[in-house]
Amino acid sequence: MKLTLWTYEGPPHVGAMRVATAMTGLHYVLHAPQGDTYADLLFTMIERRNHRPPVTYTTFQARDLGSDTANLFKTACQNAYERFKPEAMIVGASCTAELIQDDPGGMAETMGLPVPVIALELPSYQRKENFGADETFFQITRALAKPVEKTAHVSCNLIGPTALGFRHRDDITELTGMLADMGIAVNVCAPYGASPSDIARLGAAHFNVLMYPETGEAACRWMERELELPFTKTVPIGVGATRDFMAEVASLTGLTPQIDESRLRLPWYSASVDSTYLTGKRVFLFGDGTHVAAAARIARDEMGFEVVGMGCYNREMARPIRKLAKEYGVEALITDDYLEVEAAIEALAPEMILGTQMERMIGKRLNIPCAVISAPVHVQDYPARYSPQMGIEGANVIFDTWVHPLVMGLEEHLLHMFRDDFEFNDAAGASHHGGHHSTPASETKQPETADAATTGTVIWLDEAERELKKIPFFVRGKARRNTETFAANQGVHEIGIDTLYEAKAHYAR
Amino acid sequence: MTRHDAPPPTRGCRDAPVLKQRGQHEVFCGLTGIIWLHRKMQDAFFLVVGSRTCAHLLQSAAGVMIFAEPRFGTAILEETDLAGLKDAQEELEREVERLLARRPDIRQLFLVGSCPSEVIKLDLARAAERLTLRHAPKVRVLNYSGSGIETTFTEGEDACLASMVPALPKTDERQLMLVGALPDVVEDQALDLLAQMGIDKVSVLPARHADDPVAVGPNTVFALTQPFLGGTHAALERRGARHVPAPLPFGEEGTTAWLAALAQEFGVERARFDAVTDAPRARARRAVKQAAETLAGKTVFFFPDSQLEIPLARFLTRECGMQALEVGTPYLHKAILGPDLDLLAEGPQIAEGQDVDLQLERCRAARPDLTVCGLGLANPLEAEGLTTKWAIELVFTPVHFYEQAGDLAGLFSRPLRRRAALHLEAAE
Repeated sequence: MKLTLWTYEGPPHVGAMRVATAMTGLHYVLHAPQGDTYADLLFTMIERRNHRPPVTYTTFQARDLGSDTANLFKTACQNAYERFKPEAMIVGASCTAELIQDDPGGMAETMGLPVPVIALELPSYQRKENFGADETFFQITRALAKPVEKTAHVSCNLIGPTALGFRHRDDITELTGMLADMGIAVNVCAPYGASPSDIARLGAAHFNVLMYPETGEAACRWMERELELPFTKTVPIGVGATRDFMAEVASLTGLTPQIDESRLRLPWYSASVDSTYLTGKRVFLFGDGTHVAAAARIARDEMGFEVVGMGCYNREMARPIRKLAKEYGVEALITDDYLEVEAAIEALAPEMILGTQMERMIGKRLNIPCAVISAPVHVQDYPARYSPQMGIEGANVIFDTWVHPLVMGLEEHLLHMFRDDFEFNDAAGASHHGGHHSTPASETKQPETADAATTGTVIWLDEAERELKKIPFFVRGKARRNTETFAANQGVHEIGIDTLYEAKAHYAR
Repeated sequence: MTRHDAPPPTRGCRDAPVLKQRGQHEVFCGLTGIIWLHRKMQDAFFLVVGSRTCAHLLQSAAGVMIFAEPRFGTAILEETDLAGLKDAQEELEREVERLLARRPDIRQLFLVGSCPSEVIKLDLARAAERLTLRHAPKVRVLNYSGSGIETTFTEGEDACLASMVPALPKTDERQLMLVGALPDVVEDQALDLLAQMGIDKVSVLPARHADDPVAVGPNTVFALTQPFLGGTHAALERRGARHVPAPLPFGEEGTTAWLAALAQEFGVERARFDAVTDAPRARARRAVKQAAETLAGKTVFFFPDSQLEIPLARFLTRECGMQALEVGTPYLHKAILGPDLDLLAEGPQIAEGQDVDLQLERCRAARPDLTVCGLGLANPLEAEGLTTKWAIELVFTPVHFYEQAGDLAGLFSRPLRRRAALHLEAAE
């Protein structure tokens, strides 16, 4: 058992739902107790879908436990077929049904439904949401995709986008446009928007674009083996990665790489003098493996940040992230425990976090600016406006998204610096009201001082503590840590102003 | 006192035929009760013993609240727990030790059963006993089941409160107990009204703190502030307490009838009752009247969710002039809802349980002006052109008693006013 509060990923059957909901003409019969329908609202609320996910739940209850649950499953399966008349069905068990061992696959097989019924084995107590999506799409592809004649023109499949994916909708649009510029048509995009009959003609493409390894890699590997479809290894997030991706596509197809960079603005924005203050900003990266790897390259090579830590929550991507972290000279953090992530962030005291919804909350707590780069995300990260992460426009979107919290951080800092100004402080009140009703509310932040006094074995003297407060808040954590390390190394037990500045000189870059 | 109420209908719904269906239920399980219960019981921690699905459900239902160091969590069963490779009891005790070490402020710990823990028959009652012995007197450990196979949504609160009843100290004192977790502001209003009438030996279950004195005995009478407390009702009767049946305190009429039942029980004189209630009654009527302008003459259809559906249908039909087409409820406790059923005029289909696809067909055929349903159905129905009110809000928002009556009506009128206000067709 493991005590958990926040989970980065849902159970694997939610991954299967993401595939089913992304597709059309497919229905999922899920052997599950009353209550598991909660997952519907992820799709209807967070992603704001205008229809119910194509999932039928058997809704067994305590009184059904015993032989009755098997009949319930069969009835639900039959009714779902008759009501929705899908082209194909997937059947499987949720975590509770896995325990009662009804074998949905075997039962569905004996029913002789006139459409393909694909059984899913999703081990709920070992694996998670991304595995569920990857495995489900792989099983669907394996069952339905057949060798077919290639299209006359060069075409590709877009593989991996699902329902509830972070910016999948717009990534598809962006990639489709970029590939079209090079004369490559999209044969099938799957699972997003594909029907089972579309899956059957996946083999007509000349190659696969693996958009998201987390949710499409197993199917791509199978298609490479069985349908002789090579797949792309570069995920085109960021300027460099997009160029590499197009070069990879060119080498797969024999076409000349062509990118319309007329609307690409990240490189100039990043080069402009206004961005100089971004140099060496210490960032911490966390999310799913794919987005973290892409973000690391953008952060270092395209924004001029210093990557001080990176990690991912999906252990399927542990190996590539460990390797990448080594290249960046940092420790990889592979964990699905947000408390460990919080501890790592606290210890590293970065100036910015690029992470998930969860890291955003950690950032709020620690007063560190944060931008969201990966699922899990909340409703605000399914925006109405066009906002891809991939390709040319994706790079523009990323520049804006990452810089905004920093600019705001700077604004906040300026407000802070001037808060003791005679005409610009909390107590003065709004200027256009004349400030007559102001009440002196000059409470200093006691907790911070109390906290500081007890950190480690060194003691901060009052004057040093006051001096520390004059340092911009977004580097204060780092300064505090460096000074304490410096003091400890020097065998100093009390930190005065001198120690503070000696440490500053010591660590000066 | 001047009476403004419509007279009770000649035929209510108490004996109306109930449509009972089973099939797919589009409802929450009882675990969701934790999300409001933990706000109410300020020194309690709710530890679900379940799967990743349970943790994911709590996270999805709790929304942003999950980041505010909430007092609930899930001990996720792992493969080794299922295969019998490790003693699940020992594992659980170890996790509890760690939890209590990290959160020394916790005084009550609820081990909450889930579908997986019930199916593998993990004995949480025994675990609770053993842990209570070990951590007494500082922490009391209780257990109940919030599993989907046994409980629907608000029934989780019922199971929780019912688990507390056997452990309450005994008293012979003549007293009133209010049962049901209400937002603090609402609870204070209720206690204040009762005190003004001279009823001041009142305790509340659940209490805000473990130390608050709550006892029960043969001279205890209890009033329910929520309809979904069938199990707690039974547990209190087993301790000798007696239920005061009344309509639930929604709207001006419901609140007055609820207070009147208690006034009668405690022999409060009519003049005093009127003196206490006249002003807030008038306020409530005025507030409801505004929203009722939008609601009058409109039809409403309830999908089952929280068991609040019948008293809410009674409020909307009698005080807001709506017409109920179908009132779905996950369970129908006639002993509790009888007084509300009497006031709900004959007509609407009363439905218990659910086959969601069939119910959706009935709803589409009826084309109600307003559909009350869960979040899994709300947007899809809106996309079909129906106006919806999502039901969960009715459990989280303060809606009981006089001062909230206008807000309650407002929750239903707002979606209708919004539909009237938006003119989006031209933009498409």
